[in-house]
Amino acid sequence: MEPLDIDLDSAELDIPAEPALLNVGPAHPAMHGTVRIVMELSGETILKADVQVGYLHRGFEKMCERGTWSQVFPYVDRCNYVSPMLNNVAFALACEKMLGVQVPVRCQHYRVILGELARMSDHLTCTGAMAMELGAFTPFLWLIKAREMIWDLMEEETGARLTHSFGRVGGMAKPPTSGFKEHALAVKSQVLEVVAEAEKLLLGNRIFLDRLDNVGVVSAEDAVSLGWTGPCLRASGVAYDVRKAAPYMTYGQYDFEVPVGTRGDCYDRFVIRLEEVRQSARIIEQAVQQMPDEGPIDIDDPRIVLPPKDEVYTTIEGTIQHFKIVMEGLKIPAGEVYSYTEGGNGELGFYLVSDGSGTPYRVRIRPPCFLVTAGLEKVITGEMMSDVVPCFGSLNMIGGECDR
Amino acid sequence: MSQRVLDLLIQRFPQAVLETHAQHGDETAVVEAASWAKVAEFLKASPDISMEMLTDLTAVDYLEREPRFEIVAHFYSLSKGHRLRLKTRVGNAQGEGVEVATLVPLWAAANWMERECYDLFGVRFVGHPDLRRILMYPEFEGHPLRKDYIATRTQPLIEYRDAPNIDKVAPFGFDEGMSFGRQTHQFLTDEE
Repeated sequence: MEPLDIDLDSAELDIPAEPALLNVGPAHPAMHGTVRIVMELSGETILKADVQVGYLHRGFEKMCERGTWSQVFPYVDRCNYVSPMLNNVAFALACEKMLGVQVPVRCQHYRVILGELARMSDHLTCTGAMAMELGAFTPFLWLIKAREMIWDLMEEETGARLTHSFGRVGGMAKPPTSGFKEHALAVKSQVLEVVAEAEKLLLGNRIFLDRLDNVGVVSAEDAVSLGWTGPCLRASGVAYDVRKAAPYMTYGQYDFEVPVGTRGDCYDRFVIRLEEVRQSARIIEQAVQQMPDEGPIDIDDPRIVLPPKDEVYTTIEGTIQHFKIVMEGLKIPAGEVYSYTEGGNGELGFYLVSDGSGTPYRVRIRPPCFLVTAGLEKVITGEMMSDVVPCFGSLNMIGGECDR
Repeated sequence: MSQRVLDLLIQRFPQAVLETHAQHGDETAVVEAASWAKVAEFLKASPDISMEMLTDLTAVDYLEREPRFEIVAHFYSLSKGHRLRLKTRVGNAQGEGVEVATLVPLWAAANWMERECYDLFGVRFVGHPDLRRILMYPEFEGHPLRKDYIATRTQPLIEYRDAPNIDKVAPFGFDEGMSFGRQTHQFLTDEE
Protein backbone atom coordinates (compact mmCIF):
# COMPACT_ATOMS: atom_id res chain seq x y z
CA MET A 1 0.00 0.00 0.00
CA GLU A 2 1.23 3.44 -0.85
CA PRO A 3 2.05 5.79 2.00
CA LEU A 4 -0.71 8.30 2.71
CA ASP A 5 1.59 11.24 3.36
CA ILE A 6 2.78 11.30 -0.20
CA ASP A 7 3.74 14.84 -1.10
CA LEU A 8 1.54 15.79 -4.02
CA ASP A 9 2.22 18.71 -6.20
CA SER A 10 -1.08 20.47 -6.74
CA ALA A 11 -0.56 20.31 -10.50
CA GLU A 12 -0.65 16.54 -10.37
CA LEU A 13 -4.12 16.47 -8.82
CA ASP A 14 -6.51 15.42 -11.53
CA ILE A 15 -9.85 16.94 -10.65
CA PRO A 16 -12.37 16.66 -13.46
CA ALA A 17 -13.45 20.15 -14.45
CA GLU A 18 -16.18 19.33 -16.94
CA PRO A 19 -19.80 19.44 -15.73
CA ALA A 20 -21.14 16.21 -14.29
CA LEU A 21 -24.41 14.72 -15.48
CA LEU A 22 -26.80 13.53 -12.80
CA ASN A 23 -30.12 11.73 -13.14
CA VAL A 24 -32.64 12.16 -10.34
CA GLY A 25 -35.80 10.08 -10.42
CA PRO A 26 -38.24 8.81 -11.44
CA ALA A 27 -37.67 6.28 -8.65
CA HIS A 28 -36.50 8.83 -6.11
CA PRO A 29 -38.46 9.52 -2.91
CA ALA A 30 -38.42 13.28 -3.45
CA MET A 31 -39.61 13.02 -7.05
CA HIS A 32 -42.92 11.44 -5.97
CA GLY A 33 -42.10 8.58 -8.30
CA THR A 34 -43.21 10.35 -11.43
CA VAL A 35 -40.61 12.90 -12.52
CA ARG A 36 -37.10 12.59 -13.74
CA ILE A 37 -34.66 15.47 -13.78
CA VAL A 38 -31.46 15.29 -15.78
CA MET A 39 -29.08 17.84 -14.36
CA GLU A 40 -25.77 19.19 -15.50
CA LEU A 41 -23.79 20.05 -12.40
CA SER A 42 -20.74 22.15 -11.81
CA GLY A 43 -19.77 21.14 -8.32
CA GLU A 44 -23.14 21.35 -6.63
CA THR A 45 -24.56 24.14 -8.76
CA ILE A 46 -27.10 23.23 -11.40
CA LEU A 47 -26.07 24.59 -14.79
CA LYS A 48 -28.81 23.00 -16.83
CA ALA A 49 -31.82 20.95 -16.01
CA ASP A 50 -34.17 18.91 -18.13
CA VAL A 51 -37.41 17.99 -16.37
CA GLN A 52 -39.02 14.90 -17.87
CA VAL A 53 -42.60 14.00 -17.09
CA GLY A 54 -45.04 11.46 -18.49
CA TYR A 55 -44.33 8.46 -16.27
CA LEU A 56 -47.94 8.47 -15.08
CA HIS A 57 -49.56 9.10 -18.46
CA ARG A 58 -52.68 6.95 -18.70
CA GLY A 59 -54.36 8.50 -21.71
CA PHE A 60 -57.05 10.31 -19.72
CA GLU A 61 -58.25 12.36 -22.68
CA LYS A 62 -58.38 9.38 -25.02
CA MET A 63 -60.35 7.34 -22.48
CA CYS A 64 -62.88 10.14 -22.06
CA GLU A 65 -63.68 9.99 -25.77
CA ARG A 66 -64.88 6.41 -25.39
CA GLY A 67 -67.52 6.55 -22.65
CA THR A 68 -70.45 8.76 -21.76
CA TRP A 69 -70.16 12.18 -20.18
CA SER A 70 -70.94 10.74 -16.75
CA GLN A 71 -68.24 8.11 -17.13
CA VAL A 72 -65.63 10.87 -17.11
CA PHE A 73 -66.11 11.47 -13.37
CA PRO A 74 -64.02 8.51 -12.17
CA TYR A 75 -61.22 9.64 -14.48
CA VAL A 76 -61.13 13.22 -13.23
CA ASP A 77 -60.95 11.80 -9.71
CA ARG A 78 -57.67 10.24 -10.66
CA CYS A 79 -56.22 13.40 -12.13
CA ASN A 80 -55.62 15.28 -8.94
CA TYR A 81 -56.02 12.46 -6.48
CA VAL A 82 -55.30 14.70 -3.51
CA SER A 83 -58.35 16.90 -4.06
CA PRO A 84 -60.63 14.82 -6.29
CA MET A 85 -63.76 16.67 -5.19
CA LEU A 86 -62.53 19.88 -6.80
CA ASN A 87 -62.02 18.05 -10.10
CA ASN A 88 -65.47 16.44 -9.87
CA VAL A 89 -67.11 19.79 -9.32
CA ALA A 90 -65.04 21.47 -12.04
CA PHE A 91 -66.07 18.90 -14.63
CA ALA A 92 -69.71 19.02 -13.56
CA LEU A 93 -69.64 22.82 -13.87
CA ALA A 94 -68.19 22.61 -17.37
CA CYS A 95 -70.95 20.25 -18.51
CA GLU A 96 -73.57 22.40 -16.84
CA LYS A 97 -72.22 25.50 -18.56
CA MET A 98 -72.69 23.72 -21.88
CA LEU A 99 -76.18 22.57 -20.96
CA GLY A 100 -77.06 26.05 -19.73
CA VAL A 101 -78.27 24.86 -16.34
CA GLN A 102 -77.40 25.79 -12.78
CA VAL A 103 -77.69 23.54 -9.77
CA PRO A 104 -79.89 24.59 -6.79
CA VAL A 105 -78.38 26.89 -4.16
CA ARG A 106 -78.24 24.11 -1.59
CA CYS A 107 -76.11 22.03 -3.94
CA GLN A 108 -73.83 24.98 -4.70
CA HIS A 109 -73.09 25.47 -1.01
CA TYR A 110 -72.63 21.73 -0.61
CA ARG A 111 -70.15 21.66 -3.47
CA VAL A 112 -68.31 24.63 -2.02
CA ILE A 113 -67.96 23.03 1.42
CA LEU A 114 -66.76 19.70 0.04
CA GLY A 115 -64.48 21.51 -2.41
CA GLU A 116 -62.90 23.66 0.27
CA LEU A 117 -62.34 20.59 2.44
CA ALA A 118 -60.63 18.98 -0.53
CA ARG A 119 -58.50 22.08 -1.00
CA MET A 120 -57.49 21.88 2.66
CA SER A 121 -56.50 18.26 2.20
CA ASP A 122 -54.52 19.19 -0.91
CA HIS A 123 -52.58 21.92 0.88
CA LEU A 124 -52.03 19.80 3.99
CA THR A 125 -50.57 17.00 1.90
CA CYS A 126 -48.33 19.34 -0.04
CA THR A 127 -46.95 21.21 2.96
CA GLY A 128 -46.63 18.00 4.96
CA ALA A 129 -44.78 16.17 2.20
CA MET A 130 -42.55 19.15 1.64
CA ALA A 131 -41.56 19.19 5.31
CA MET A 132 -41.00 15.44 5.27
CA GLU A 133 -38.73 15.64 2.26
CA LEU A 134 -36.63 18.12 4.17
CA GLY A 135 -36.33 15.73 7.09
CA ALA A 136 -39.13 16.96 9.31
CA PHE A 137 -41.16 13.80 9.72
CA THR A 138 -43.29 14.74 12.73
CA PRO A 139 -45.06 17.72 11.11
CA PHE A 140 -45.87 15.45 8.18
CA LEU A 141 -47.63 12.98 10.49
CA TRP A 142 -49.38 15.90 12.17
CA LEU A 143 -50.70 17.32 8.93
CA ILE A 144 -51.68 13.90 7.63
CA LYS A 145 -53.62 13.43 10.85
CA ALA A 146 -55.60 16.53 9.89
CA ARG A 147 -56.09 15.20 6.39
CA GLU A 148 -57.39 11.99 7.89
CA MET A 149 -60.15 13.96 9.64
CA ILE A 150 -61.18 15.45 6.30
CA TRP A 151 -61.13 12.05 4.65
CA ASP A 152 -63.30 10.62 7.41
CA LEU A 153 -65.89 13.26 6.60
CA MET A 154 -65.55 12.53 2.89
CA GLU A 155 -66.03 8.86 3.60
CA GLU A 156 -69.19 9.58 5.52
CA GLU A 157 -70.56 11.81 2.79
CA THR A 158 -69.48 9.95 -0.32
CA GLY A 159 -68.59 6.43 0.79
CA ALA A 160 -65.04 6.69 -0.47
CA ARG A 161 -61.96 8.19 1.08
CA LEU A 162 -59.80 8.93 -1.90
CA THR A 163 -61.61 8.73 -5.23
CA HIS A 164 -65.16 9.79 -4.53
CA SER A 165 -66.68 10.03 -8.04
CA PHE A 166 -69.31 12.03 -6.22
CA GLY A 167 -70.04 14.80 -8.70
CA ARG A 168 -72.84 14.48 -11.21
CA VAL A 169 -73.92 16.67 -14.05
CA GLY A 170 -76.78 18.64 -12.56
CA GLY A 171 -76.14 17.86 -8.91
CA MET A 172 -74.37 15.44 -6.64
CA ALA A 173 -74.63 11.68 -6.24
CA LYS A 174 -76.31 11.95 -2.84
CA PRO A 175 -77.79 14.71 -0.70
CA PRO A 176 -75.79 15.72 2.39
CA THR A 177 -76.08 13.41 5.40
CA SER A 178 -78.09 14.64 8.38
CA GLY A 179 -75.08 15.47 10.50
CA PHE A 180 -73.08 17.01 7.68
CA LYS A 181 -73.01 20.59 8.90
CA GLU A 182 -71.91 19.78 12.45
CA HIS A 183 -69.32 17.35 11.16
CA ALA A 184 -67.92 19.89 8.69
CA LEU A 185 -67.64 22.57 11.35
CA ALA A 186 -66.01 20.15 13.78
CA VAL A 187 -63.49 19.00 11.19
CA LYS A 188 -62.75 22.58 10.23
CA SER A 189 -61.83 23.61 13.78
CA GLN A 190 -59.85 20.42 14.42
CA VAL A 191 -57.85 20.98 11.24
CA LEU A 192 -57.10 24.56 12.21
CA GLU A 193 -55.79 23.41 15.59
CA VAL A 194 -53.52 20.83 13.99
CA VAL A 195 -52.27 23.34 11.45
CA ALA A 196 -51.41 25.78 14.24
CA GLU A 197 -49.46 23.04 16.02
CA ALA A 198 -47.63 21.96 12.89
CA GLU A 199 -46.77 25.54 12.14
CA LYS A 200 -45.19 25.89 15.59
CA LEU A 201 -43.08 22.84 14.83
CA LEU A 202 -41.85 24.23 11.55
CA LEU A 203 -41.81 28.00 11.44
CA GLY A 204 -39.62 28.31 14.51
CA ASN A 205 -37.12 25.85 13.14
CA ARG A 206 -34.00 27.52 11.89
CA ILE A 207 -32.87 24.57 9.76
CA PHE A 208 -36.21 24.34 8.01
CA LEU A 209 -36.38 28.07 7.34
CA ASP A 210 -32.84 28.19 5.98
CA ARG A 211 -33.74 25.55 3.44
CA LEU A 212 -36.67 27.64 2.16
CA ASP A 213 -35.64 31.24 2.57
CA ASN A 214 -34.70 32.86 -0.73
CA VAL A 215 -34.55 29.52 -2.46
CA GLY A 216 -36.20 29.01 -5.82
CA VAL A 217 -37.23 32.63 -6.33
CA VAL A 218 -39.61 33.26 -9.23
CA SER A 219 -40.49 36.78 -10.25
CA ALA A 220 -44.07 37.79 -10.95
CA GLU A 221 -43.35 38.32 -14.68
CA ASP A 222 -41.80 34.89 -15.02
CA ALA A 223 -44.64 33.23 -13.16
CA VAL A 224 -47.24 34.89 -15.39
CA SER A 225 -45.33 34.07 -18.55
CA LEU A 226 -45.00 30.45 -17.45
CA GLY A 227 -48.76 30.29 -17.04
CA TRP A 228 -48.53 29.60 -13.33
CA THR A 229 -51.73 29.90 -11.36
CA GLY A 230 -52.84 29.11 -7.84
CA PRO A 231 -50.64 29.28 -4.73
CA CYS A 232 -47.42 29.31 -6.78
CA LEU A 233 -48.48 32.40 -8.73
CA ARG A 234 -49.83 34.12 -5.63
CA ALA A 235 -46.54 33.48 -3.82
CA SER A 236 -44.87 35.58 -6.51
CA GLY A 237 -47.17 38.46 -5.64
CA VAL A 238 -49.94 38.20 -8.24
CA ALA A 239 -53.34 38.10 -6.55
CA TYR A 240 -55.08 35.96 -9.13
CA ASP A 241 -57.62 33.57 -7.70
CA VAL A 242 -60.46 32.34 -9.90
CA ARG A 243 -62.76 32.37 -6.88
CA LYS A 244 -62.27 36.16 -6.69
CA ALA A 245 -61.55 37.06 -10.32
CA ALA A 246 -64.52 35.19 -11.79
CA PRO A 247 -66.66 33.94 -8.89
CA TYR A 248 -68.47 30.74 -9.79
CA MET A 249 -71.15 28.99 -7.74
CA THR A 250 -71.65 30.93 -4.50
CA TYR A 251 -68.08 32.16 -4.05
CA GLY A 252 -69.18 35.74 -4.62
CA GLN A 253 -71.19 35.64 -1.38
CA TYR A 254 -68.39 34.72 0.97
CA ASP A 255 -65.96 36.97 2.71
CA PHE A 256 -62.41 35.68 2.35
CA GLU A 257 -58.93 36.96 1.55
CA VAL A 258 -56.49 35.95 -1.15
CA PRO A 259 -53.08 35.62 0.52
CA VAL A 260 -50.23 36.99 -1.58
CA GLY A 261 -46.49 36.49 -1.21
CA THR A 262 -43.80 39.07 -1.68
CA ARG A 263 -40.68 37.28 -2.85
CA GLY A 264 -41.89 34.17 -4.64
CA ASP A 265 -39.50 31.82 -2.87
CA CYS A 266 -40.16 28.41 -1.38
CA TYR A 267 -40.99 29.96 1.99
CA ASP A 268 -43.75 32.09 0.46
CA ARG A 269 -45.21 29.11 -1.35
CA PHE A 270 -45.15 27.14 1.90
CA VAL A 271 -46.78 29.80 4.07
CA ILE A 272 -49.40 30.72 1.49
CA ARG A 273 -50.71 27.17 1.44
CA LEU A 274 -51.12 27.17 5.21
CA GLU A 275 -52.84 30.55 5.04
CA GLU A 276 -55.17 29.27 2.35
CA VAL A 277 -56.19 26.46 4.67
CA ARG A 278 -57.36 29.14 7.10
CA GLN A 279 -59.22 31.01 4.36
CA SER A 280 -60.89 27.77 3.30
CA ALA A 281 -62.01 27.34 6.89
CA ARG A 282 -63.60 30.80 6.77
CA ILE A 283 -65.42 29.88 3.57
CA ILE A 284 -66.65 26.61 5.08
CA GLU A 285 -67.97 28.44 8.12
CA GLN A 286 -69.96 30.90 6.00
CA ALA A 287 -71.15 28.24 3.57
CA VAL A 288 -72.44 26.09 6.42
CA GLN A 289 -74.38 29.08 7.74
CA GLN A 290 -75.86 29.95 4.37
CA MET A 291 -76.63 26.44 3.20
CA PRO A 292 -80.36 25.69 3.45
CA ASP A 293 -81.29 22.54 5.37
CA GLU A 294 -84.12 21.65 3.03
CA GLY A 295 -84.45 21.74 -0.67
CA PRO A 296 -83.37 19.84 -3.76
CA ILE A 297 -79.75 18.97 -4.54
CA ASP A 298 -80.23 17.95 -8.14
CA ILE A 299 -81.79 20.04 -10.86
CA ASP A 300 -85.26 19.05 -11.93
CA ASP A 301 -84.59 17.76 -15.43
CA PRO A 302 -85.15 14.08 -16.21
CA ARG A 303 -82.98 14.35 -19.33
CA ILE A 304 -79.91 15.12 -17.23
CA VAL A 305 -80.36 13.63 -13.76
CA LEU A 306 -80.97 9.97 -13.03
CA PRO A 307 -84.44 9.34 -11.58
CA PRO A 308 -84.75 8.14 -7.94
CA LYS A 309 -84.25 4.42 -7.56
CA ASP A 310 -87.80 3.65 -6.36
CA GLU A 311 -89.14 5.23 -9.54
CA VAL A 312 -86.75 3.19 -11.67
CA TYR A 313 -88.12 -0.01 -10.18
CA THR A 314 -91.80 0.92 -10.15
CA THR A 315 -92.54 3.17 -13.12
CA ILE A 316 -91.92 2.67 -16.83
CA GLU A 317 -90.88 6.32 -17.29
CA GLY A 318 -88.25 5.96 -14.61
CA THR A 319 -86.92 2.75 -16.13
CA ILE A 320 -86.67 4.27 -19.59
CA GLN A 321 -85.01 7.40 -18.28
CA HIS A 322 -82.49 5.44 -16.29
CA PHE A 323 -81.76 3.24 -19.29
CA LYS A 324 -81.35 6.20 -21.64
CA ILE A 325 -78.95 8.07 -19.37
CA VAL A 326 -76.87 5.03 -18.50
CA MET A 327 -76.70 3.44 -21.95
CA GLU A 328 -76.71 6.45 -24.28
CA GLY A 329 -75.46 9.03 -21.88
CA LEU A 330 -76.97 12.42 -21.30
CA LYS A 331 -76.94 14.53 -24.45
CA ILE A 332 -74.96 17.72 -24.38
CA PRO A 333 -75.70 20.16 -27.22
CA ALA A 334 -73.02 20.43 -29.89
CA GLY A 335 -70.48 23.14 -29.34
CA GLU A 336 -67.44 23.98 -27.28
CA VAL A 337 -66.89 25.45 -23.87
CA TYR A 338 -64.02 26.46 -21.60
CA SER A 339 -64.96 26.40 -17.96
CA TYR A 340 -62.44 27.22 -15.27
CA THR A 341 -62.38 26.91 -11.51
CA GLU A 342 -59.80 27.26 -8.78
CA GLY A 343 -58.33 23.82 -8.23
CA GLY A 344 -55.87 22.84 -5.54
CA ASN A 345 -52.95 24.04 -7.65
CA GLY A 346 -54.52 26.81 -9.65
CA GLU A 347 -56.79 27.33 -12.58
CA LEU A 348 -58.36 23.99 -13.37
CA GLY A 349 -59.98 24.37 -16.75
CA PHE A 350 -62.01 22.04 -18.90
CA TYR A 351 -62.22 22.62 -22.63
CA LEU A 352 -65.02 20.40 -23.85
CA VAL A 353 -66.12 19.79 -27.41
CA SER A 354 -69.44 18.05 -27.94
CA ASP A 355 -70.88 16.75 -31.19
CA GLY A 356 -74.33 16.54 -29.64
CA SER A 357 -74.10 12.86 -28.77
CA GLY A 358 -73.85 11.17 -25.40
CA THR A 359 -70.09 10.73 -25.79
CA PRO A 360 -67.62 13.59 -25.47
CA TYR A 361 -65.86 14.49 -28.70
CA ARG A 362 -62.93 15.98 -26.86
CA VAL A 363 -62.23 16.51 -23.19
CA ARG A 364 -59.23 18.69 -22.56
CA ILE A 365 -58.23 19.31 -18.99
CA ARG A 366 -56.09 22.35 -18.37
CA PRO A 367 -53.83 20.95 -15.69
CA PRO A 368 -52.37 23.61 -13.39
CA CYS A 369 -49.63 21.17 -12.31
CA PHE A 370 -48.36 20.65 -15.82
CA LEU A 371 -47.58 24.34 -16.29
CA VAL A 372 -46.17 24.69 -12.79
CA THR A 373 -43.86 21.72 -13.39
CA ALA A 374 -42.84 23.27 -16.71
CA GLY A 375 -41.42 26.12 -14.66
CA LEU A 376 -39.32 23.83 -12.45
CA GLU A 377 -36.42 24.00 -14.89
CA LYS A 378 -36.29 27.77 -14.52
CA VAL A 379 -36.66 27.56 -10.73
CA ILE A 380 -33.74 25.19 -10.12
CA THR A 381 -31.27 26.36 -12.75
CA GLY A 382 -28.50 28.17 -10.90
CA GLU A 383 -29.52 26.74 -7.54
CA MET A 384 -27.70 24.11 -5.52
CA MET A 385 -28.39 20.43 -5.96
CA SER A 386 -29.91 20.16 -2.47
CA ASP A 387 -32.38 22.96 -3.26
CA VAL A 388 -34.15 20.79 -5.82
CA VAL A 389 -36.02 19.02 -3.03
CA PRO A 390 -37.67 22.09 -1.41
CA CYS A 391 -38.27 23.69 -4.82
CA PHE A 392 -39.95 20.64 -6.22
CA GLY A 393 -41.89 20.08 -3.03
CA SER A 394 -43.17 23.66 -2.93
CA LEU A 395 -44.58 23.43 -6.47
CA ASN A 396 -46.86 20.57 -5.42
CA MET A 397 -46.59 18.51 -8.55
CA ILE A 398 -49.37 15.92 -8.64
CA GLY A 399 -48.36 13.20 -11.07
CA GLY A 400 -51.87 12.21 -12.07
CA GLU A 401 -52.78 15.71 -13.11
CA CYS A 402 -49.45 16.58 -14.68
CA ASP A 403 -49.24 13.47 -16.86
CA ARG A 404 -52.96 12.68 -17.05
CA MET B 1 -67.40 41.32 -21.74
CA SER B 2 -64.61 40.62 -24.12
CA GLN B 3 -66.64 41.40 -27.22
CA ARG B 4 -64.48 44.53 -27.38
CA VAL B 5 -61.40 42.35 -27.81
CA LEU B 6 -63.01 40.64 -30.77
CA ASP B 7 -63.88 43.99 -32.32
CA LEU B 8 -60.32 45.23 -31.91
CA LEU B 9 -59.01 42.03 -33.44
CA ILE B 10 -61.26 42.25 -36.49
CA GLN B 11 -60.38 45.91 -36.89
CA ARG B 12 -56.66 45.14 -36.86
CA PHE B 13 -56.80 41.92 -38.95
CA PRO B 14 -59.87 42.19 -41.19
CA GLN B 15 -58.53 39.54 -43.58
CA ALA B 16 -57.01 37.07 -41.16
CA VAL B 17 -60.04 36.64 -38.89
CA LEU B 18 -62.16 34.00 -40.60
CA GLU B 19 -65.05 33.77 -38.16
CA THR B 20 -66.05 34.65 -34.62
CA HIS B 21 -68.61 33.44 -32.14
CA ALA B 22 -69.41 33.78 -28.46
CA GLN B 23 -70.95 30.43 -27.60
CA HIS B 24 -71.71 30.04 -23.86
CA GLY B 25 -70.11 33.44 -23.32
CA ASP B 26 -66.66 32.36 -24.52
CA GLU B 27 -65.56 34.83 -27.20
CA THR B 28 -63.79 32.97 -29.96
CA ALA B 29 -61.92 34.05 -33.06
CA VAL B 30 -60.78 31.72 -35.82
CA VAL B 31 -57.78 33.06 -37.71
CA GLU B 32 -55.72 31.97 -40.69
CA ALA B 33 -52.88 29.63 -39.84
CA ALA B 34 -50.37 31.96 -41.53
CA SER B 35 -51.14 34.83 -39.16
CA TRP B 36 -51.34 32.71 -35.96
CA ALA B 37 -48.21 34.12 -34.32
CA LYS B 38 -48.84 37.64 -35.60
CA VAL B 39 -52.32 37.74 -34.09
CA ALA B 40 -51.04 36.28 -30.82
CA GLU B 41 -48.32 38.89 -30.67
CA PHE B 42 -50.90 41.62 -31.20
CA LEU B 43 -53.05 40.17 -28.41
CA LYS B 44 -50.12 40.35 -26.05
CA ALA B 45 -48.67 43.68 -27.11
CA SER B 46 -51.79 45.79 -27.66
CA PRO B 47 -52.34 47.93 -24.54
CA ASP B 48 -56.13 47.61 -24.88
CA ILE B 49 -55.99 43.82 -24.90
CA SER B 50 -52.71 42.89 -23.12
CA MET B 51 -53.15 39.13 -22.76
CA GLU B 52 -50.36 38.48 -20.25
CA MET B 53 -51.24 34.86 -19.79
CA LEU B 54 -51.55 31.98 -22.19
CA THR B 55 -53.76 29.74 -20.08
CA ASP B 56 -54.22 26.83 -22.40
CA LEU B 57 -53.13 25.53 -25.77
CA THR B 58 -54.41 22.34 -27.30
CA ALA B 59 -55.72 20.80 -30.50
CA VAL B 60 -58.87 19.04 -31.63
CA ASP B 61 -58.95 16.48 -34.43
CA TYR B 62 -62.02 16.81 -36.66
CA LEU B 63 -61.48 13.75 -38.80
CA GLU B 64 -64.11 14.57 -41.43
CA ARG B 65 -63.18 18.20 -41.90
CA GLU B 66 -60.66 19.88 -44.12
CA PRO B 67 -58.46 21.41 -42.68
CA ARG B 68 -58.54 18.60 -40.18
CA PHE B 69 -56.98 19.99 -37.00
CA GLU B 70 -58.02 22.92 -34.92
CA ILE B 71 -55.37 24.49 -32.72
CA VAL B 72 -57.08 26.11 -29.76
CA ALA B 73 -55.48 28.65 -27.44
CA HIS B 74 -57.04 30.40 -24.47
CA PHE B 75 -55.73 33.74 -23.34
CA TYR B 76 -56.35 35.65 -20.16
CA SER B 77 -55.51 39.24 -19.34
CA LEU B 78 -54.63 39.67 -15.67
CA SER B 79 -54.79 43.45 -15.86
CA LYS B 80 -58.00 43.73 -17.88
CA GLY B 81 -59.68 40.57 -16.64
CA HIS B 82 -60.92 39.42 -20.05
CA ARG B 83 -60.47 36.17 -21.90
CA LEU B 84 -60.33 35.10 -25.51
CA ARG B 85 -60.21 31.82 -27.34
CA LEU B 86 -58.13 31.85 -30.50
CA LYS B 87 -58.33 29.05 -33.02
CA THR B 88 -56.74 28.17 -36.30
CA ARG B 89 -57.18 25.26 -38.68
CA VAL B 90 -54.40 23.24 -40.28
CA GLY B 91 -53.66 19.91 -41.92
CA ASN B 92 -55.24 17.78 -44.61
CA ALA B 93 -57.28 14.59 -44.26
CA GLN B 94 -54.16 12.41 -44.20
CA GLY B 95 -52.85 14.39 -41.26
CA GLU B 96 -50.08 16.04 -43.26
CA GLY B 97 -49.01 19.66 -43.28
CA VAL B 98 -50.03 20.13 -39.66
CA GLU B 99 -47.81 23.12 -39.04
CA VAL B 100 -48.23 26.36 -37.22
CA ALA B 101 -45.85 28.98 -35.86
CA THR B 102 -44.69 28.64 -32.27
CA LEU B 103 -45.75 30.99 -29.46
CA VAL B 104 -42.76 30.22 -27.23
CA PRO B 105 -41.05 33.61 -27.78
CA LEU B 106 -44.22 35.31 -26.49
CA TRP B 107 -45.19 33.07 -23.55
CA ALA B 108 -42.91 30.59 -21.80
CA ALA B 109 -46.02 28.55 -21.01
CA ALA B 110 -46.30 27.62 -24.68
CA ASN B 111 -43.16 25.47 -24.47
CA TRP B 112 -44.58 22.40 -22.75
CA MET B 113 -48.09 22.82 -24.08
CA GLU B 114 -46.82 22.84 -27.67
CA ARG B 115 -44.65 19.83 -26.92
CA GLU B 116 -47.71 18.03 -25.60
CA CYS B 117 -49.71 19.05 -28.66
CA TYR B 118 -46.94 17.74 -30.91
CA ASP B 119 -46.70 14.53 -28.93
CA LEU B 120 -50.41 13.71 -28.85
CA PHE B 121 -51.59 15.25 -32.14
CA GLY B 122 -48.50 15.55 -34.28
CA VAL B 123 -48.81 19.29 -34.72
CA ARG B 124 -45.44 20.73 -35.71
CA PHE B 125 -44.76 24.10 -34.15
CA VAL B 126 -42.34 25.87 -36.45
CA GLY B 127 -39.58 27.60 -34.51
CA HIS B 128 -40.12 25.68 -31.26
CA PRO B 129 -36.75 25.38 -29.49
CA ASP B 130 -37.18 21.83 -28.22
CA LEU B 131 -39.96 19.91 -29.98
CA ARG B 132 -39.64 16.49 -28.32
CA ARG B 133 -42.25 14.06 -27.08
CA ILE B 134 -43.25 14.86 -23.52
CA LEU B 135 -45.89 12.45 -22.22
CA MET B 136 -45.19 9.47 -24.48
CA TYR B 137 -41.83 7.76 -24.75
CA PRO B 138 -39.46 8.47 -27.64
CA GLU B 139 -39.99 5.00 -29.17
CA PHE B 140 -43.74 5.60 -29.48
CA GLU B 141 -45.11 5.61 -33.02
CA GLY B 142 -47.97 7.84 -34.07
CA HIS B 143 -49.97 10.38 -32.13
CA PRO B 144 -52.48 8.88 -29.70
CA LEU B 145 -55.09 11.63 -29.51
CA ARG B 146 -55.68 11.64 -33.26
CA LYS B 147 -59.08 10.15 -33.97
CA ASP B 148 -57.56 7.63 -36.37
CA TYR B 149 -55.30 6.27 -33.64
CA ILE B 150 -57.28 3.27 -32.42
CA ALA B 151 -57.79 3.41 -28.69
CA THR B 152 -57.07 -0.28 -28.17
CA ARG B 153 -53.75 -0.19 -29.99
CA THR B 154 -50.84 -0.78 -27.64
CA GLN B 155 -47.14 -0.29 -28.01
CA PRO B 156 -45.65 -1.82 -24.89
CA LEU B 157 -41.95 -1.30 -24.33
CA ILE B 158 -41.99 -4.56 -22.38
CA GLU B 159 -43.94 -7.50 -23.81
CA TYR B 160 -47.04 -8.69 -21.97
CA ARG B 161 -46.20 -11.58 -19.73
CA ASP B 162 -47.59 -14.94 -20.53
CA ALA B 163 -47.66 -16.97 -17.34
CA PRO B 164 -49.52 -20.29 -17.15
CA ASN B 165 -52.37 -20.76 -14.64
CA ILE B 166 -52.38 -17.13 -13.63
CA ASP B 167 -55.19 -14.88 -14.75
CA LYS B 168 -53.63 -11.52 -14.38
CA VAL B 169 -50.00 -10.67 -14.31
CA ALA B 170 -48.86 -7.13 -14.87
CA PRO B 171 -48.40 -5.58 -17.35
CA PHE B 172 -51.98 -6.22 -18.31
CA GLY B 173 -53.25 -6.58 -21.82
CA PHE B 174 -55.03 -3.78 -23.64
CA ASP B 175 -58.52 -5.28 -23.32
CA GLU B 176 -58.59 -5.21 -19.56
CA GLY B 177 -60.68 -2.54 -17.92
CA MET B 178 -62.98 -0.42 -20.09
CA SER B 179 -65.56 -3.21 -20.32
CA PHE B 180 -68.26 -0.64 -21.12
CA GLY B 181 -65.96 1.28 -23.41
CA ARG B 182 -67.70 2.58 -26.45
CA GLN B 183 -65.79 3.25 -29.63
CA THR B 184 -66.51 6.70 -30.98
CA HIS B 185 -65.09 5.73 -34.34
CA GLN B 186 -66.08 2.14 -34.67
CA PHE B 187 -65.60 2.17 -38.44
CA LEU B 188 -61.88 2.52 -37.97
CA THR B 189 -61.60 -0.67 -35.93
CA ASP B 190 -63.69 -2.50 -38.51
CA GLU B 191 -61.22 -1.61 -41.22
CA GLU B 192 -58.30 -2.95 -39.25
